[in-house]
Amino acid sequence: MNDMKTYDVEKIRRDFPIFSREVHGRPLAFMDSGASAQKPTVVLDAVQRAYAETYANVHRGVHYLSQVSTELYEGAREIVRAHMNAASVEEIIFTKNATESINLVAQSYGGANLKPGDEILLSTLEHHSNIVPWQLIAERTGAVVKAVPIDEHGEFMLDTYLEMLGPKTKIVAVTHISNAIGTITPVKEIIKAAHDAGAVVLIDGSQAAPHMKIDMQDLDVDFYVFTGHKVFGPTGIGVLYGKADLLDAMPPFLGGGDMIERVTFAKTTYAKGHSKFEAGTPPIVQAIGLGAAINYVNEIGFDKIGAHEQMLLAYATEQLSQINSLRIIGQAKHKAAIISFTLDGIHPHDIGTIVDRGGVAIRVGHHCAQPLMDHFDVAATARASFALYNNRADVDALVSAVKSVQEIFG
Amino acid sequence: MLDDLRELYQEVILDHSKNPRNFRHPEDANHEAHGYNPLCGDTVNVYLKLGHNGLIEDAAFEGKGCAISLASASMMTDIIKGKTESEARQIFDGFQKLVKGEENDFDAGEDTERLMMLAGVKEFPMRVKCATLAWHAMTSAMDDKNEVSTE
Ligand SMILES: Cc1ncc(COP(=O)(O)O)c(C=O)c1O
Repeated sequence: MNDMKTYDVEKIRRDFPIFSREVHGRPLAFMDSGASAQKPTVVLDAVQRAYAETYANVHRGVHYLSQVSTELYEGAREIVRAHMNAASVEEIIFTKNATESINLVAQSYGGANLKPGDEILLSTLEHHSNIVPWQLIAERTGAVVKAVPIDEHGEFMLDTYLEMLGPKTKIVAVTHISNAIGTITPVKEIIKAAHDAGAVVLIDGSQAAPHMKIDMQDLDVDFYVFTGHKVFGPTGIGVLYGKADLLDAMPPFLGGGDMIERVTFAKTTYAKGHSKFEAGTPPIVQAIGLGAAINYVNEIGFDKIGAHEQMLLAYATEQLSQINSLRIIGQAKHKAAIISFTLDGIHPHDIGTIVDRGGVAIRVGHHCAQPLMDHFDVAATARASFALYNNRADVDALVSAVKSVQEIFG
Repeated sequence: MLDDLRELYQEVILDHSKNPRNFRHPEDANHEAHGYNPLCGDTVNVYLKLGHNGLIEDAAFEGKGCAISLASASMMTDIIKGKTESEARQIFDGFQKLVKGEENDFDAGEDTERLMMLAGVKEFPMRVKCATLAWHAMTSAMDDKNEVSTE
């Protein structure tokens, strides 16, 4: 297969300044985008310009720069809306990350709607970010958290899920793609079935947003979250999509400036739409950077990105599978370009330290998904996660670094 | 590149990690503590049998971890057995400085050479906690604090 014909990955790599550096005297082979992605020059420039040329607070002034800054910030919201195919910008809330987005829904929607004995359904695949906020609100309201199991391949068990759904189910919160093992879950079926049972659904799209087109109206999802730094945007910016009627009925999450309509000491009324949930000065420049990042990926196109990443996944799976005593954890039929693996008798931390000296950056540990690690009866794995800028040479560097781990351990 | 790694993963270290010494739960242990590294999920239980006048009559451990943490726990239990509590604490003090790269004239008497095997850790700051987890658990066990977490 020839990358160049359909997808010029070398050209894309040149968009990311970090790839001109070396690590431990080796070219950087960065396969930890699942933890956080690198940033293209267009994002860095957008951030730099926002501070250097147009910076002022938003929604607060009549002066020129405040107006420009507000237009750029709200422009970023429109970019995100269009990207997610949400019906209205009022449905797009900027937060600081996916974690905050999920906490917002848990505290606000959950706090207002959960009663003792109600059930919140999660899955074994979840990141701690999509577990702990629900445990906190369950503790406060007397609701119960349950996890839909996965099978031995790491596949979401749809049949069991359908049996678990019932009149007590109030919220279903499931990941779109597992950060630890790459499983893509059947979100459309999950959402449809939950709606039939009268529950609302939150999808954690943190790992989906960098890899695929996401469409709110097509999914008919109630809440959808992702985090900016994993889609090549800055840190400190997250997105929460929520259906307008649900958001309208929800109480505020944090109180402060910008989220109010009128404040008196006797009574305060709240702003409408997304503003109700954006208390205080928002992550202005981060949102502008995120807008630039989303424009960047859309210019390349998710069809091409997806095809390239699937090629890398297939190549890496094939190459790694040939290594003795290497076990790939998670073999779902539909997977994003994320490979978790273990080596018999060698702890993932030792793998991580050794491959790092070869310039290979992968994540080792429990990936903030300890229930999932328990399911596979491992404490930790090594994980290579790919993004639009990875190439076959990265996979080759990984494979040879893993072999050097085995050499050192004899 | 490989020099640092060879220094870290010396044969002695690998041997201790593959065949850890004192890897057991002695029935007559009278002090124990659980050590946990939330970063990687590694766990270690350290068991001590402390006699009168602070003598460590037996030291053992069980747990799951990387080569560095297992080797360190294995060596530690070997070394502290037969020493007094205060001697063990003193060795830990020096050892901690050694792996953090804060100590150039490390001296732990007859155990100096063995512990120096772990000195390679100082080139890998992310791994210092692996090397010290069991030692923290040891001091917690002596202090009768049953839990220690390295965060
Ligand atoms: C699936 C998933 N959900 C949630 C998160 C949390 O993202 P953040 O830490 O940016 O809030 C992550 C990333 O760590 C993730 O992979």
